[in-house]
Amino acid sequence: MKLFTMPALMLARKIHEGSLTAPEVAEAFLGRVKELDPKIGAFLLTDRAWTLEAAERAQRRIDALKAEGKPVPPLAGVPVALKDNLCTRGVATTCASRMLENFTPPYDATAVERLFESLMVPLGKCNMDEFAMGSSTEYSAFGPTRNPWDPSRVPGGSSGGSAAAVAARMAPLALGTDTGGSIRQPASFCGVTGLKPTYGAVSRFGAVAYASSLDQIGPIGRTAADCAALFEVVRGRDERDATSADIDQPACLRDIGAPLDGMKIGVPSQYMGEGIAPAVRQAVEAALSRFRELGCSVTEVSIPALDYALPAYYILSCAEAGSNLSRFDGVRYGYRAQGAGDIDELYLRTRSEGFGAEVKRRILLGTYVLCAGYYDEYYKKALRMRSLVKAGYEKALGSADILMTPTAPIPAFGIGEKVDELSMCMADICTVSVNIAGLPAISFPCGFTDGLPVGLQAIGRPFGEAALLRAAHAYQQITDWHVRVPALSEGGRA
Amino acid sequence: MKYEMVIGLEIHAELNTRTKIFCSCSTQFGAEPNTHVCPICLAMPGTLPVLNRQAVEKCVTAGLALGCDIAPEAHMDRKNYFYPDLPKAYQISQLFRPLCTGGTLEFEYEDESGQARIGRVRINRIHLEEDAGKSIHDLYGASTLLDFNRGGVPLIEIVTEPDIRSPEEAGAFVDRLRSILRYAGVSDCQMQEGSLRADINLSIRPAGSDTLGTRTEMKNLNSIRAIVRAAQAEFLRQTEVLEDGGVIVQETRRWDDAKGRSLRMRTKEEANDYRYFPDPDLLPIRVDGDWLRAIRDALPELPGSKRRRYVADYGLPEYDAGILTSDPAISAFFEDAVACGGDAKAVSNFIMGDMMRIVRERELDFAALPFSPADLATLVNRVAEGVVSISVAKGAVLNQMFEAGERPDAVIERMGLRQVSDEDTLRAIARDVIRDNPGVAQEYRDGKTKVLGFLMGQVMKKSRGKAQPAAASQLLKEELEK
Repeated sequence: MKLFTMPALMLARKIHEGSLTAPEVAEAFLGRVKELDPKIGAFLLTDRAWTLEAAERAQRRIDALKAEGKPVPPLAGVPVALKDNLCTRGVATTCASRMLENFTPPYDATAVERLFESLMVPLGKCNMDEFAMGSSTEYSAFGPTRNPWDPSRVPGGSSGGSAAAVAARMAPLALGTDTGGSIRQPASFCGVTGLKPTYGAVSRFGAVAYASSLDQIGPIGRTAADCAALFEVVRGRDERDATSADIDQPACLRDIGAPLDGMKIGVPSQYMGEGIAPAVRQAVEAALSRFRELGCSVTEVSIPALDYALPAYYILSCAEAGSNLSRFDGVRYGYRAQGAGDIDELYLRTRSEGFGAEVKRRILLGTYVLCAGYYDEYYKKALRMRSLVKAGYEKALGSADILMTPTAPIPAFGIGEKVDELSMCMADICTVSVNIAGLPAISFPCGFTDGLPVGLQAIGRPFGEAALLRAAHAYQQITDWHVRVPALSEGGRA
Repeated sequence: MKYEMVIGLEIHAELNTRTKIFCSCSTQFGAEPNTHVCPICLAMPGTLPVLNRQAVEKCVTAGLALGCDIAPEAHMDRKNYFYPDLPKAYQISQLFRPLCTGGTLEFEYEDESGQARIGRVRINRIHLEEDAGKSIHDLYGASTLLDFNRGGVPLIEIVTEPDIRSPEEAGAFVDRLRSILRYAGVSDCQMQEGSLRADINLSIRPAGSDTLGTRTEMKNLNSIRAIVRAAQAEFLRQTEVLEDGGVIVQETRRWDDAKGRSLRMRTKEEANDYRYFPDPDLLPIRVDGDWLRAIRDALPELPGSKRRRYVADYGLPEYDAGILTSDPAISAFFEDAVACGGDAKAVSNFIMGDMMRIVRERELDFAALPFSPADLATLVNRVAEGVVSISVAKGAVLNQMFEAGERPDAVIERMGLRQVSDEDTLRAIARDVIRDNPGVAQEYRDGKTKVLGFLMGQVMKKSRGKAQPAAASQLLKEELEK
């Protein structure tokens, strides 16, 4: 088996055993990025020195821990690709925007810090929709990422670079962020596994904010077990994020192999009807019957409040985004328009020139819904819709252990195909409600249609990631969708 | 027509927490520009605010001191506007659910004609927010420089109801509020450093009317004198506008204290739409149960009840009690001196008389005098015991205590200031005085006893102020009547 087709946990085991070294693995993946990424465009930046120094540091620490007979972290020495909205100390963090093209943070995001503490190795910074706003990675200011399964198609978004890197076996693992589906939908389009954790499970410190009440950092990997391992590395209380949960989160990796016997799966009818491509529905239904074989019960449930999720999402996310992105004003860092005559002109031109069209659209929408006189009509109403969606999920998850839906209504679409805003946001229809409710959800491959992957989404109770990972893992033990490799990469089947 | 003014105040007080409201940078005033800053208070991408617990406690303390209700659940909101010294382009403040609501402040003041009055002003709300940085113009060519040291220093904004009817009442309110905030340990209230700032909302209406006129908001008031003068000036300005047949425009004005007049900053139409909404980065604040009880228990005695206690327990006049309790450092010095055995009235006389004068002249601070309250108690007792005369005590001894921090007994001994009550010595001085002033002595013997004062003065002079007056006077009389 070629090194880059191995799951992350297998790489970690080999590094631990000494049959591979962290620098060796890092070199191999850097080489593969160099070879394949010109065709994909998953990475905005790789930095050999940054990666190799971290790999060497990790290897020394692994050797020392082994010598002292102390436990080695489970993913020690394994490279991980980072979405470019995660701050990395001394390494450019652009959010795929002209606005931050030359911005280098003097701090690491908490999640990045935890990767280093667990002796993982940063492989590079991944492309994304500008400021995480989009569902196709076409809104990157630095050009689109291509889907490894069909380079004429999008990888999904906004974590499209992260998902494409893992799908093309250019990285064993990646971190993404998910505000309305930005981990799950590209995982689905690229045929990989992606976990959007419960709101508050992972610190948001150092993740450049899109919509603060919805954003979560999460893992993208080839298997549920890999995602469980990376999730355990990055999660947990952080004093620097007031919204990070101050609880002991249950173990995920330890019991991931436990049988699913008796697990109750609910299938919301709202996400299986109109708008879902027949091939997607068929793949999901086939997957559900495999879950029955695994000892699960599958019942249709109805959550009428889900209809509110999309409008609530657009109002809340844009309102927060408009405010969050106001700090990019050309005064202290980032892009600054030249030759402005006064401060108002500086603001105007900096923001007009520095932001792309989609970001500007959402800022305008967000500004509008918070304007005096519109607050009650939009923002307040959206908050009410949010509580309805939450209550709807709570009820459904009172009787079902987990819920299953398609991750996206359609497989990956062509680059330039969904140019209008409305059809683009339909790609998020099955995912945004999960962020609105703050719940955890996972997407994993459950089939192919016309050579393109289809993803299955499982939604859990708050901090119920373990059940989702267990379900995805059990399914991956009896299926091989997740081990298929796009023809573009020459790795062959594992 | 006779008009009356209606005033409401918005007062910003910087809280004296050690660190800023959302990060661990120091709040110390006067540091080199941009040395108390970090990625969080500079709003670098991806950074998040974490609310300073002490700032919440101080806001609640202010609320309790002013009799406010404490919200069981409060929220922080974002107030969005672009300004170079506001790095996030929103100020984290409270609009929808402030920490404190309701409350009242009662205080005595003298009106324009010097008549004593009681003011009673309702507090609408007290909310918590962050301060902005500072723009510095004209220092470096045409550029504006920015100093973010102050950015993120915690503030409370105290909003009153429009209950104030005169400039004097407004000034007295702020004075009393400042005293309470200092007592409660909430703010240093240094107006010249900008740690207490007031905005005045003022409207006028025909005297006796109960509808409100159009108000203006006056900003940039950095002293109580400025508050009083600005209110006076704005009342006159609005009166003139109405009397000339004009209408008052709702607007924000800026007070220029040097020129003694205000200028329009912006009208209502030009006002920002702040697009407030709850800050999703911060959790709701729940000050309830044990936390609230602990804050309440830690609340120190406030000037009002302290003043009543001074009158009741120490038998001090209202006036003395009012002055001694006006400042926590003064009242602490007073109470400590009394606790060390000094007579309350005598200690009070020392403090209110010579000590406050010297402290004012030398710009000292009662919290950091060169001598202790125990030293003052000793001095007061030495006077009572007849060891030194009151005039020597308030003069040479006190002066030396301020000058060198010398203990009172040491000063008395070293400078030989001990009062003379020895009979032989005093009798000899009396005889000398009678001998030197035979004419006056004769007048006394002829029944003109008033001249005793003059002769006593001579005795004091001869003894260099050290003669014990009662004994000396007795002996002088005996010698005269021989």
